[in-house]
Amino acid sequence: MIKQIKNNQRKHSFSSPLGRLGGAFVKFLLTASGSITSLAILLIVIFLFKEGLGLFNSPSVEKGYALCVNASNPIEELTPQQIKQIFDGEISEWRIENGELKMEDNSQFSTLHSQLIYPFRFDDVFSIYSDEEFGEDYELLPQKLGEVIAQYSNIIAFLPEQYLPRENKAVKILPVKNIRLADFFGGKEWLPTASPSPQFGVLPLIMGTMWVSFFAILIALPLGLGVAIYLSELAGTRTRNFLKPVIELLAGIPSVVYGFFGLVVLVPLIQKTLNLPVGETAFAGSLILAIMALPTIITIAEDAMRGTPRAMREASLALGATHWQTIYKVIVPYASSGIMAAVVLGIGRAIGETMAVLMVTGNAAVMPNSLFQSVRTIPATIAAELGESPAGGAHYQSLFLLGCILFVITMIISATAEFISKKKVP
Amino acid sequence: MKKTILTTAVLIAALFGVQAQRIKGSDTMLPLSQKAAEEFMKINPSQTVTVTGGGSGVGIAALLEGTTELAQLSRKIKFDEKNKLKEKGKTVKEVIAAYDALAVVVHPSNKVTNLTREQLEGVFTGKITNWKEVGGADLAIIPYARETSSGTYEFFKESVLKKKNYMSGIMSMPATGAIIQSIAQTKGAIGYVGLAYLSKEVKAVHVSYDESKTFVAPTVANAKNETYPIVRPLYYYYDAAKESKVKPFIDFILSTKGQKIVSEIGFITVTAP
Repeated sequence: MIKQIKNNQRKHSFSSPLGRLGGAFVKFLLTASGSITSLAILLIVIFLFKEGLGLFNSPSVEKGYALCVNASNPIEELTPQQIKQIFDGEISEWRIENGELKMEDNSQFSTLHSQLIYPFRFDDVFSIYSDEEFGEDYELLPQKLGEVIAQYSNIIAFLPEQYLPRENKAVKILPVKNIRLADFFGGKEWLPTASPSPQFGVLPLIMGTMWVSFFAILIALPLGLGVAIYLSELAGTRTRNFLKPVIELLAGIPSVVYGFFGLVVLVPLIQKTLNLPVGETAFAGSLILAIMALPTIITIAEDAMRGTPRAMREASLALGATHWQTIYKVIVPYASSGIMAAVVLGIGRAIGETMAVLMVTGNAAVMPNSLFQSVRTIPATIAAELGESPAGGAHYQSLFLLGCILFVITMIISATAEFISKKKVP
Repeated sequence: MKKTILTTAVLIAALFGVQAQRIKGSDTMLPLSQKAAEEFMKINPSQTVTVTGGGSGVGIAALLEGTTELAQLSRKIKFDEKNKLKEKGKTVKEVIAAYDALAVVVHPSNKVTNLTREQLEGVFTGKITNWKEVGGADLAIIPYARETSSGTYEFFKESVLKKKNYMSGIMSMPATGAIIQSIAQTKGAIGYVGLAYLSKEVKAVHVSYDESKTFVAPTVANAKNETYPIVRPLYYYYDAAKESKVKPFIDFILSTKGQKIVSEIGFITVTAP
């Protein structure tokens, strides 16, 4: 394309000095706009990764807070998951071995600390002491907190760093580790606003995205190819001239409208016909995405099939092949690279789609094991949560990292598309 | 020429005469503040009030930086936030403008009418999974929550779940309207919405906070006489040093006319004048 333009410029530029100047100017403009676009894209990618990777420098406990226990407690370390379970009341006993909390029920542990856990939040201190006891500017607050922790040997207290009773010998401050790579990519719980220890397990989100997109393509591919074959080979000119613009019109409907249609029509329909407990399922998301990916698949695949040279069709027919044999032995193989490109672009559309999926899949962050279950996708998560996450915080960074993951997935897909469409049919 | 100078002078005078006020914060309170600001400006044409949302936390941050005069919060100011304001030499004053009650809703065909707080906690943390455990039919419970960015999500977690986390994998919907829609078409569903959003498509559950001694229906009257437990105050916060500037608007909201707007929006009026 650019080469052609350059050639044209050369042709014109020889005609007159003014033309030469104009040509140079256009050339400069084209180069400038090209480099600015690439620079902008590069900057966006750098920004995305810079914000996202900051997550692994964030503490695994809410920023500005720390966890304290009584000094007699042998605990040395707690994982983010254990902290969450303690404050949710799911772990209720200190069963400690080598400074670590043991989850499984085993009576062999040193019974020294086999006692009930007393989870203590900062606000609780205000129900123990009255406001006056903390002094005018809360200067006595650390001291009072120290008293509470010294009093209960089974306590675990979640306190702001500025009020930590650091001098008190009866208080042990647990070291805070940074969020680990394994917790992010291997975690199965997505509770980014949980306090004291937010859970950033991204696995259910990645699986949800893949699951919905995969089934969307599984539905859209046979349908899309069928329509493409019909339009390019079987339909009469008049039918084609009517159908093709209508299908292309589908691509112009805003995705939020698809989502609304899905929530109000598709979801109750799925629930009733399949007799499911909930209608907001991965299947509803896949169906909506399939409808949305169809125009892309149909248009590109049809263009590729119509590009088959007339000589090839006629040669096939002349050899005695039927119309149908010509289609699946000659035309489809010839257009296969175009069809593959259509499929890959359709997948790209499905993976990045946000609004429609946000409305129909129910957004439950669970590992999907059936198609008729609610799932949460990456784009829906970013759209729903970025608005209110404090800028620069761990939640904010985790959403950027989700963006990075989405970027990597789509990059792999478009690289595949590039590779396939370059391949020539022998 | 003279005319131009005159108009300019008038314009400048008008500009200085106008008292601009900014209100920022909770999205829950957005309709209330907007409606009140409109009415307020009708009565006092010399004053302008601009209202923006963004969330309760955003409101306090703006107050801290002095980019707003009034912060609207759907929760009480946090201890840390108060401290930060103090460090900047600002003492905040608090005004409760209205109350908002949350109703727990289920599918209309559901037989269950009474639930205790403990049962609700069990349902939303995933410990109770079937309706027969709370006196209903043998049907799986499908709890719906709002997205994490919503103030309603946080308030329900604090009040009903006693700060425990929701079960991971709870269905979360982007808007109150979507919750109503989903619950109306899902038999085993349970969720929560603001009192103003209650409709015939869903059934509101009576709630008990005293271990099933009394079950109270979510109505405006019950919220007002403080028998209904899931109620949160809606606050305005402002810097005490700027009191004279914001006082007229605060007075307007607390006046009979302002409180009429409060009940029109679907919130509960403050009983004291």
